[in-house]
Amino acid sequence: MDNRTYKAIAIGGSAGSMDVLLRLFACLPKKFSLPIIVVCHLHPCDEGGLIEVFTRHAPLIVKEVADKELIQAGHIYFPPANYHLLVERDRTFALSIDAKVNYSRPSIDVFFESAAAVWGDELIGIILTGANKDGAAGIQVIKKHGGLTIAQDPREAAYPAMVQAAIDTGDVDQILCTEEICKFLQMLPVSCTGHVIEE
Amino acid sequence: MKLSDIENLEIDLLLEAIFLRYGYDFRSYARGSIRRRILQFMQMTGVGSVSETIPKIIHDESFFQQMAREFSITVTEMFRDPQMFLALRREIVPLLKSYPYIKVWHAGCATGEEAYSLAILIEEEKLAERTTFFATDFNDNALEKAKEGIFSLDYVQQYSQNYQQAGGKISLSDYYHANYGAMAIKSALKKKITFANHNLVIDQVFTETHLILCRNVMIYFNKELQERVVGLFHESLVYGGFLCLGTKESLLFSKYQNKFREIDTKNKIYQKIA
Ligand SMILES: C[S@@+](CC[C@H](N)C(=O)[O-])C[C@H]1O[C@@H](n2cnc3c(N)ncnc32)[C@H](O)[C@@H]1O
Repeated sequence: MDNRTYKAIAIGGSAGSMDVLLRLFACLPKKFSLPIIVVCHLHPCDEGGLIEVFTRHAPLIVKEVADKELIQAGHIYFPPANYHLLVERDRTFALSIDAKVNYSRPSIDVFFESAAAVWGDELIGIILTGANKDGAAGIQVIKKHGGLTIAQDPREAAYPAMVQAAIDTGDVDQILCTEEICKFLQMLPVSCTGHVIEE
Repeated sequence: MKLSDIENLEIDLLLEAIFLRYGYDFRSYARGSIRRRILQFMQMTGVGSVSETIPKIIHDESFFQQMAREFSITVTEMFRDPQMFLALRREIVPLLKSYPYIKVWHAGCATGEEAYSLAILIEEEKLAERTTFFATDFNDNALEKAKEGIFSLDYVQQYSQNYQQAGGKISLSDYYHANYGAMAIKSALKKKITFANHNLVIDQVFTETHLILCRNVMIYFNKELQERVVGLFHESLVYGGFLCLGTKESLLFSKYQNKFREIDTKNKIYQKIA
């Protein structure tokens, strides 16, 4: 375990990622001091039903992102269906309705790239199961900016294509199964600057 | 300096150069989207770094034009978010009916699909006679397309469905002629809208407006620019006038929040109350 401090965790998932996310969220400590931002390919007309499901299973606050919202520690964020998600330098979210990327909106690549440009080496990027290649380019950018990159073990992934594409870039630092990602998250050093907002 | 800091420095310089050389101000746009477009443009043109694009931008106007096209994303739809249009019909139209004269400003109309959607609604709600309708954008190419009112038939099924869900009273096909794989908006409807160039970064208010639609435009602005533009809208609206934002936009993070009442939370329809 390295002792770098991180400021944010970016997770990308697609087909089959629902179960993995539920397991990851369930293992998080109550006082998790980083924001977690999850871009997963949902149905374009999802009306926030997923947020409800995740809320029931996570010890943290699960939220659909609002445009210009300040990113806070101890929150799990999802972009609204049919919008790309990006991060601004003042640690606020920005949405966009630009054309789909990798047939997806939100696209994991779009989010990972903008997050890497803001958090640089203080970002952790995690790519999960999925049936396409979204996120692979994003993983490369995170790595280029010095961030830490993790892929779910393709042997465990329900749909290995997406993690495999990421791994094939050669820019994945660690390949872990869900159990190990859980442990990794639990062991993250609590950064002193990451502020837990008390509700 | 971190890689991202260096890149930001380069982007700052590029945007400054564009502003000083051509007067287009992208400095207060949301950085994430702008950055993405610059990188895409570089990939398209094979320029190696942001810094290398700067001299080209300064000396080659056509190169700038090419980049400007890349910068301006004009994706739009007819009756995007049908529920919002339905809410307009049900909640706002009855209130607008109390005015003998109605001024509508549609800001950031792109290629016009959304403006024609609103024009159809105004027509069906029998407000057209007393309504003056301005639709504006700062992209002249988009405005040209909007004035022509010719759109691909590829999306017509989606649009018709949206129209019905938005409370449409007849059929969308009553508003256009279909030919050569395109839908051409009928001229009777086209005449209802005045398309004009207006840049939200620098241009002034429209006075005495009753309804403003500005959807999915301010998501591309940073907070400061958003505040300027909301201020512009606030000043443009009559007391009691309405402001419609995109479904995922809000005044939540704006200092103007208290000057508006949220009429429909889900559809982001606001009324000026102060
Ligand atoms: C994504 S489109 C939204 C179109 C439509 N309102 C919709 O929601 O479907 C954004 C539009 O904002 C316009 N825009 C961007 N900056 C602008 C500015 N400074 N002044 C006026 N229009 C601007 C763009 O040219 C583009 O047409």
